[in-house]
Amino acid sequence: MAKFEEGLRYSESHEYIRVEGEYGYIGISDYAQHALGNVVYVDMPEVDDEVTAGEEFGAVESVKAASDLISPVSGTVVEINEALEDTPELLNEDAFANWIIKVQLSDPSELDKLMDAEAYKAICN
Amino acid sequence: MNRTLYGNLIFELSKKGRKGYSLPQDYDRAHTTAELPEALRRKEAARLPECDELTVVRHYTNLSHNNFGVNDGFYPLGSCTMKYNPIINEEIAGMKAFAGLHPLQPAVTCQGALEVYYNLQQSLAELAGLKEFTLNPCAGAHGELTGLMVIRAYHESRKDTGRTKVLIPDSAHGTNPASAAVCGLEVVEVKSLADGTVDVEHLRQLLNEMGGEVAGMMMTNPNTLGIFEPQVLEITAMVHEAGGLMYYDGANLNALLGECRPGDMGFDVMHINLHKTFSTPHGGGGPGSGPVGVREGLEQFLPTPRVNKIVVNCDGENEPYEWEGYVIDREADSALGSVGSFFGNFAVMLKAYVYILSLGSENIKQVGPLATLNANYIKECLKGDYLLPIGGLCKHEVVFDGLVDKSSGVTTMDVAKRLLDYGYHAPTIYFPLLFHESLMIEPTENESKETIDAFIDVMHKIAGEAKTDPELVKTAPHNTPIGRVDDVLAAKQPVTTYWKSIAES
Repeated sequence: MAKFEEGLRYSESHEYIRVEGEYGYIGISDYAQHALGNVVYVDMPEVDDEVTAGEEFGAVESVKAASDLISPVSGTVVEINEALEDTPELLNEDAFANWIIKVQLSDPSELDKLMDAEAYKAICN
Repeated sequence: MNRTLYGNLIFELSKKGRKGYSLPQDYDRAHTTAELPEALRRKEAARLPECDELTVVRHYTNLSHNNFGVNDGFYPLGSCTMKYNPIINEEIAGMKAFAGLHPLQPAVTCQGALEVYYNLQQSLAELAGLKEFTLNPCAGAHGELTGLMVIRAYHESRKDTGRTKVLIPDSAHGTNPASAAVCGLEVVEVKSLADGTVDVEHLRQLLNEMGGEVAGMMMTNPNTLGIFEPQVLEITAMVHEAGGLMYYDGANLNALLGECRPGDMGFDVMHINLHKTFSTPHGGGGPGSGPVGVREGLEQFLPTPRVNKIVVNCDGENEPYEWEGYVIDREADSALGSVGSFFGNFAVMLKAYVYILSLGSENIKQVGPLATLNANYIKECLKGDYLLPIGGLCKHEVVFDGLVDKSSGVTTMDVAKRLLDYGYHAPTIYFPLLFHESLMIEPTENESKETIDAFIDVMHKIAGEAKTDPELVKTAPHNTPIGRVDDVLAAKQPVTTYWKSIAES
C-alpha cells in the first residue's frame, strides 16, 4: 500500500514538496512510484534553471512508461539529487527520502493551492 | 528451436579463418582500398564472425523460428490492428511488371502503376469522406507530420501566423505530441472525462482562452480506449468556430471502416496507416505507408509529386477520340514541396489497393462492424475475471485494468507473459496510461469464433492460475526459449554490441 507522508504538500500530478524556509524539496509521491513501477531513468533540470508551477521540469522513465514531472511551485533550482543519475531506483526504495530537485520558492502563496496528505490520499483512492 | 544446439550468437559460432565463400586468387589485387583517403580507411579489420555457409543458414533459420507473426497465431496487440496480410497482396506486389519499376522512368511507360496510384488515392478519399489524398508519406508518423505541415501551410497562406498551438487529448498516442513538436507547434493537453472521452467543457475553456492561437486539434476516433467519441460533431464544430482545423489520426480507422467517415464528422486532414487498416505488413519498422487526405479547399497544400488523371482530345486518323492517361506532376505549386524520396512505398500501396479491390465495396463495409463485434464479445466474456474500467460498447478494441482480483499480486505484465506459454502474442500492456494495469486487446475482424473462444478460455485459465498458483504466473513464461527477462537491467544497461569480441580485444 502506498504511503502518504504528513506535513508535505501534494499536487494532482503526484509530485510532493517538503518546505523548509524559503526552499522546497520536490519529488514524486510513493503512490506515483508504485504506479510507475521500476524507475530506470530520471531526467532532471540543471541548477539555476527556472521552474514554473504547473509546468514540466523533467521526466521519470520506468519500465512501464515515461511520465513528465510537473513542478508544484515556481522558483529557481538550487540543487538536484545527483544520486538519481546513477541510481534512479532510489525513487522506488523511498520516494519521500529521495527528493528530485531543491527549489528556492519565488511565490510561497502557490503552496496554498496544493493538497495536504489527507486530501491527496482521497484523490488517489 | 533447440537452444542447446542452436542457441548461440553468430559470434560464438565463429572459427578464425573459416569461410563460406571462395574468391578468385587475384581478388585482393583487383579490390584495394589504396585509392581511398587515409582518414576513411580502417586501421584494423572489422571483427566479423567467420562461419561456413551452412552454419549461417542454420543459425538464421533457427532464429526465424522464434519469430511470432499473424501467420503463426492470434496476435491481439491492442492499438496496432494486426490484421491478416492476404497472400494475394504479396503475389500482386511481387509481379515483375511492378517490382521492376524505376521511380524515374517516363510516365508513359508505367501508366498501369500510375493508374493504381491514382485509383488508390480516389478509393481512400471515398472511404474517408475527404477530397484528395497524397500517398507520399512513408509511415503513420510521417503522415502525421505531413498533415500538420498542411495545417500550418494553410494558416500561413492566410497570413494567420499566430496559430502555433495544437490541442491533443491526454489519452492520445504519443506520436501526436511528438509530431506536433517536430512541426514546430506547441502541444496543449485536453483533459479526458472519467469514461475516457474528451472533456468538451475543458476544450471550450481552452478555446475561449487561446482560440486565436490554435492551429488545430488532433484526435483519434474511436479514441485510445476504443470508445467512440459521442460529441465528435460538437468538438469539430467548436474548433472550426475558433478558426482551427481538425486532424484525424487514422490509427483506429479500422473500427469505422464501412460505417462512418472522418470527413463526415468534420475532420479536415487525416492520415491512414495502410499497415493497420488496409492489411499491409507492419514490418520491423517498415516499409510502411501513411497516406494523408484533406477536405476540399486544402488540396493545394499537399506535397509533391502528385499523380493526376488527364483526358486529351486527339485528332485520330479517321475520327477524333479521347485519350485517358496519368501524369506525374513534380512541379505543382505546393508550400510543402516533397516530403520524401519519389512517391513513397509503392509496393505497400499496391497491397492496400489489392485488399480494397479483393473485398469490394460491399464486403469492406463489414470490416468495422466485425472488428467491433469481436472486441465486444471478448469484453463481455472476460469482464468477470478482468477489471473493465469503462462499461458499455467499445469499438475495435477493449481495455481492461488488470485482474478483478488483485489480491495475489499478479500484474498485467505477468498475465501477458503467461499468455506466451499458451502460444499467444501478448496484448498491448500498460497503455493507455489512464489506468495502472492496462491490458488492451484488439482481435481485428479476421479471427474465427473458435480462435477467439480458445483465447478467452486461456485468459480465464490464467485468471484461475493467478488464484491457485500465483507464482506460476509471476515467473512466466516457462515454455519459451528465453524466460522472464530483466527489463530494468535491459533499460538501464542495454548491451547492444557483442561484448566478448570487445572484451578479447
